[in-house]
Formats: sequence, C-alpha cells, structure tokens
Amino acid sequence: MLSADDGLSRPLLLEARGVRKSYGAHEVLKGVDLLVAPGELVFLIGPSGSGKSTLLRCCNRLEEPSAGSIRIGDVDLLSPKTDINQMRREIGMVFQSFNLYPHLDALGNVTLALRRAMGKSRDEAARIARENLERVGLADKAKAYPAELSGGQQQRVAIARALALEPKILLMDEPTSALDPELRGDVLAVVRGLRESGMTMVIASHEMQFAREAADIVLFLDDGVVVEQGAPEALFGAPGHERTRRFLRDVRY
Amino acid sequence: MTSFERFAATFLDTDVALRYAPQILEGVVTTVAIGLAVVVTGLIAGLALAVLRACDLKLVNLVLIQVVDMLRALPPLVIILIIYFGLPSIGIVIPSATVLWMSLSAVLAAFAEEVFWAGIVSTPSGQWMAARSTGLSYFQALRFVVLPQAVRLAIPPLTNRTIAITKNTALGSAIGVNEILGQAMSAEAFSANATPLVMAAVLYVLIFIPLVIASHALERRHAGWRR
Repeated sequence: MLSADDGLSRPLLLEARGVRKSYGAHEVLKGVDLLVAPGELVFLIGPSGSGKSTLLRCCNRLEEPSAGSIRIGDVDLLSPKTDINQMRREIGMVFQSFNLYPHLDALGNVTLALRRAMGKSRDEAARIARENLERVGLADKAKAYPAELSGGQQQRVAIARALALEPKILLMDEPTSALDPELRGDVLAVVRGLRESGMTMVIASHEMQFAREAADIVLFLDDGVVVEQGAPEALFGAPGHERTRRFLRDVRY
Repeated sequence: MTSFERFAATFLDTDVALRYAPQILEGVVTTVAIGLAVVVTGLIAGLALAVLRACDLKLVNLVLIQVVDMLRALPPLVIILIIYFGLPSIGIVIPSATVLWMSLSAVLAAFAEEVFWAGIVSTPSGQWMAARSTGLSYFQALRFVVLPQAVRLAIPPLTNRTIAITKNTALGSAIGVNEILGQAMSAEAFSANATPLVMAAVLYVLIFIPLVIASHALERRHAGWRR
C-alpha cells in the first residue's frame, strides 16, 4: 500500500499542495496537502470545523483557495486560463444535504448538466441518466421528484447526477451524515460498488467502520491542518498523535 | 318617493344603464387591454431587473435599487401625472393610454423585481453549489436551477401585487384615458346619475374576481413539489 507522502513516485490524479483558505481573519485551512492517485479511496476524518468540507470545495473551486496549488491530472485548476466549468465535469461532487433540484424529477436532475453543460441531445441525456440511475439501484424512480424520495434515495440520485458526467474523481462531503442509520447502508453499498469499479474518490465522513474496510488512505484533519495520515489499519489501530487518539475516542470508534 | 326608490333611482337606473352601456363596455376593452399589457411588460421587466441584479455589478445595482425603491415609494398617480403633464413642457408628448401603461409597468416591475430577487436570494446556496459542481455556468445555474425555484416562491406574493397594481388602471381617468372608470365618470356627469359608477364597480369585480381565483389555483398547483 502506498502512503500519501510519496507523491513523486506515483502518478497523481489530484494533487493539492499547501492549500490555505481564510475567511477574513479566520483561517480554515492552514496549508493542507491532499494527494490522490487514480483508483484510490481517500478518507478525510476530523471534527466538524476541521476544514474537511472546505478542502473538498477547494478541489473543484466552489471555494477559491487563498493560497496553494491544485492540479487535476495535468491541469492547473487555479490557473485563470483553466475553463473551470469544463474541469468541474471531471470532478464529481456529492453533498451532505443531497442538493437535488426540487423542481425536477430524478431523471431531470441527472440530465440537466448532460444537456446544458455537455450539450447532449434530450434522448442521449435520458439514456445516460437511466443507465446511471440503474447503477445506483433507482431505475424505477426516474419520474419521482426529490420530495417523493427517501433521504437515501435522494443521495443515490445525487450520486447518479455526478456519475453521469463520467468524472475522473468523485468528492463526497459527508454523504451519509444526513441519513438515518438504516438508510446509510444503501448509499455505502453504492460507494463500495464504485470503489470496486475503480472510481477515484475523496470522502469526508464519520463512517469510521467503512473507512477502515474500504479506504486506501485516511487523513485526520484538525483545526485546518493534516495532523496525521496513513493506511486505515495504522491510523485507527495505532494513531501516532494525541489529537487523533482523542478524536477517535470522542467519536467512540 | 320611498327612500329605497330614491336609492334605486340614483344607483340602479335601468334607462341610464342601457344608454351608457356601450360607452362603458368600450372602457372595459381599454381597461383589459392596458391591464394585460401592464402585467406582461411589468412582470418581464421585473424578472429582467432581478436577473440584472443577480449579475452583482456594484454600480448598476446601486442605481437599480435606488430607482426600484423610488418607484415603490411613490404613489402611482404621482408618477402618471408627472409624466403626462411634465414631459410635454420639454417637448415630449406621449398619449395618455401609453403614459398609463408605462407608469404602471414601471411600478409593477419595481415590485416584481423585489419579489423575484427575494426568491433568488432565498434559494438555498446548496442549489447553486450542486449546479456549478456539474459544470453549469453561473447563468445556466441561474436560468435552469435557481430561477425556476425563485419564480415558484414568488407566485403568491406576486399575484397579489399584480392584481393590486393592475387595478390602478382606474387612475387613467385622471389623465383622460377612456377606461372603465373614465367612461363611467363622464356618463355620470352627463346623466347626473350614479348608476354608471355602480356599473363600473360591477365590471371591476367581474374582471378581477376570476384573477383572484386563478391566482389561488396557481398557488395550489405550484405548492406540489415543495417539502
């Protein structure tokens, strides 16, 4: 298993270095490195307010980093010459609160960007959307509106919406935190399936059990810095820092 | 003459009603035509202003907000009188019906802008983030994700405001527009009888009650997808 430190020895799909983000005087990220190789599943753990969400949002520039560099493959994401809308199609994002479009049915949620951002025809977009809804186990819910779906179903539609654009990498911001325990399993099963199909993912989450089973690398963030990182068995089994130990104890893992 | 007979002779005189009916019905056509024109131009201009405001251009927004606030603060009659009696003195003469249409459109646009803007602002930020994260541009996110939700949020307050402002077509009587009230007032003057005014009142009710009912139906229909 590769560790996250040796970025020079492996090809990187996402290479974020020294990322800083401040809101006024408050610095949320204080120089974070996040290196992800193709096919890897990287887990971000840490208390709320530690900067996990902000780091993910910097990786598709929903937040503009105050400093640092972010590369997706060969592309400098922060360069003014980069077409960010084009790049975002390659960086899927899934949100804690799903953020489905309430005025569109499941199919419409998935087809919108296919049609408007990628310029696909109505039929082509619908075909791709149906494939991806089937992939998350919701082929029969294409005509359902978000309000008619359970939280778990909504999150799976949101995953289908991201997958339909065939992203190179998927960023997931606490994808199960807003779900009842019995609904989390469905979403985690989809994530597991994606992992098996080779999708590169960065997941901010408190699903420690899942991280331990499925992650390649776990990063523990606290107060805007990566305190510790490593393979899950090492980080969960023998955390090297007192802050990590305290966090893992507090979440009763 | 009993007091009821006196009342009926003043307010419900059939002869007067029949004599002035054609004239007042002409007024109905004028009122409906100007009213519809005000609704169309006012709402389109209001939406356009809200979209312009969403562009977040500092100077443009500064001017836009001042003008909108002014239009909302001024009584519509004042705007109508200033344009109709003021502009000719600098050589601009606009027909009275056009002045009425322009003035009420501007007032409706100002209120509609505020309502649409409130809808845009109250659309959760997660909707913007989701749309932008899939590669939609700012304007595509606005057009396909935020505005459809903002417009639905805007419908209940907007229908009320639209009806309230469209009723102000009656102000045209002050500058000689031959709409319902103008025709009724001239008929009242000629006949020395209030029956034409009662006819006007009945006609206003007949025109606007269906709008009120339609607005309730519209609100119910759009309540469907909301959680």
